[in-house]
Amino acid sequence: MERIHLGALDYALLAIYFAFVLGIGWTLRRFVKSSDDFFLSGRSIPAWIAGLAFISANLGAQEVIGMGASGAKYGIMTSHFYWVGAMPAMVFVGLFMMPFYYGSRARSVPEYLKLRFDEKTRGLNAITFAVMTVFSSGISMYALAKLLELVLGWSFHASIILTGVIVLIYIFLGGLTSAIYNEVLQFFLIVLGFLPLVLLGLKDIGGWHGLTSRLAVVATNAGFEPGAWSHSWKYTDAATHNPMGVEWFGLIMGLGFAMSFGYWCTDFLVVQRAMAAGSMTAARRTPLIAAIPKMFMPVLVILPGMLAIGMHATRGGFLPIGSDGQPNYNLAIPMLLAHYLPTGLLGLGLTALMASFMSGMAGNVTAFNTVWTYDIYQTFIRPGQSDSHYLRMGHAATVFGILASVVAAYAATRFNNINDILQLVFSFVNGPLFATFLLGMFWKRTTGHAAFYGLLTGTFAAAMHYGLTLSHGAVPGIKGGFLGAVLHVYPSEMALNFWTAIIAWSSCFVTTLVISLFTQRTKTDDELRGLVYSLTPKQSDEAMPWYKRPVTLAVFILVASAILNIIFW
Amino acid sequence: MRLDLRLPIGLMFSLFGAILVVYGFVSNRAIYERSLGINVNLWWGVVLLVFGLVMLWFAVRARSPRPAQDQRPPAAS
Repeated sequence: MERIHLGALDYALLAIYFAFVLGIGWTLRRFVKSSDDFFLSGRSIPAWIAGLAFISANLGAQEVIGMGASGAKYGIMTSHFYWVGAMPAMVFVGLFMMPFYYGSRARSVPEYLKLRFDEKTRGLNAITFAVMTVFSSGISMYALAKLLELVLGWSFHASIILTGVIVLIYIFLGGLTSAIYNEVLQFFLIVLGFLPLVLLGLKDIGGWHGLTSRLAVVATNAGFEPGAWSHSWKYTDAATHNPMGVEWFGLIMGLGFAMSFGYWCTDFLVVQRAMAAGSMTAARRTPLIAAIPKMFMPVLVILPGMLAIGMHATRGGFLPIGSDGQPNYNLAIPMLLAHYLPTGLLGLGLTALMASFMSGMAGNVTAFNTVWTYDIYQTFIRPGQSDSHYLRMGHAATVFGILASVVAAYAATRFNNINDILQLVFSFVNGPLFATFLLGMFWKRTTGHAAFYGLLTGTFAAAMHYGLTLSHGAVPGIKGGFLGAVLHVYPSEMALNFWTAIIAWSSCFVTTLVISLFTQRTKTDDELRGLVYSLTPKQSDEAMPWYKRPVTLAVFILVASAILNIIFW
Repeated sequence: MRLDLRLPIGLMFSLFGAILVVYGFVSNRAIYERSLGINVNLWWGVVLLVFGLVMLWFAVRARSPRPAQDQRPPAAS
């Protein structure tokens, strides 16, 4: 494979970016006086900044590389992760959940669980979350370092140390504020760094029309209808008609509901950004503001993958072939960078890739240090210490979080399967969470025992389902069916994942509901004020002009994503 | 706000833009063969520069009234 050669100018752009990132951390260090400043930005972030940080924290290297790869593998159906998945979930968290997250003054998602339910539910969530975040951050470190090694010939160790140290310094100095400010900078860099690539690719391939005609070749080669790569809904009548291997019901319930709501509404990595907002209105607007650029992200992350596969099929081997004989989809974006961008813009594109990686990692680290300090250390290890004690612990947790990520990154190089195994465990743990929150926030009868055992049941059910089913053509093992008997075979891995999420959600929902009916409430109505919908005064936006109300924004987002679905039907 | 975020964003993109524009003028035309013959450094440099300057303009505009008041304390009234 041909390597990309960087010029001095490219390195200069990268160095300037590093200087700015560190400079922001340095400037903000004076404002970190209490643990509140460090972990919650003193709840003072304006809505537009919190909103852009909200999507940027999610726009890590895995998202950018992974969505590009899916764009190549599944075509425009990948956009369902945005227009069916993220949009409704982001609207829901902004309109309906933020009043409780923000209004309860909880400092983290696990802390909300403590206020609403009990200490054991919080502990379960906090510990699993802390472990998962460190591993996510480590795996994305591994993914980026591997990629840079492959396309630039950079040393794996050097990439890990360089990025780890930079992220460490700016979070250590400025805490969450520093992470959030840098995420906004990174967001603009990702947009402005990848856009020229997409524009050049589109121009070269002959616009949308040229792209669809090439994708038709891709689709027919794979044995599908010619439009299978360029229509998002048309071929979802049966799982066998589209490359993703899912039918509309599994898609809407699995991805659109269970998976997306589970992620956007309960993952502290993103919710933390909204909790840092300066006011209730700003907190409610944060996910809504985030949803607007999010809607257009497919252009930046999915379209490059589609361009790459289109060229691969019609110009002979644009993507390098991996050891399994399939094109290496993960290289879609790096290959386009190498193909189109001359020195100068190449440096910018690469800086954007680094930025996406850093924003994802910083998001994980800030979420980790908060949950560790407030929900594990302060709760179970050393309660009742002074604020400066917890601030010091926050600094220590930042160092520890990064070190642990580095260890996880090296573990990933040793064990090929670790990535897949962890993704799997995450899906088992995350799958049921949204059911707990939904019942907790909207039904005051839900009890702590019910929430705790509901979560465990959901995780267990997900693991059982995965262990007893398999995706088409897969060998029993890490890809499912590890419990020996295979009761059902799904047409694709994607379908298996969606259905695992559906099972996890439903079993947690039913179990929590049933146990609640048979257990005593431990919290009085008074204690649940501000935590449960029926006991909390409604947010009144009457005083605001209609165009400033969150509801208006929400309707706009839903209509716009519906239109996008119809355009690319 | 403790640090107007538009300031570093504006500075960084103006700097990136200016560097790319200058490089676009001095670079060898041959390197633009891969970018379909378009001098992308020059053109995208202009885009970045404009974006950076707009951000800077917003930051400076938000900043200017305050120092002016600080310099002339209540003495005037």
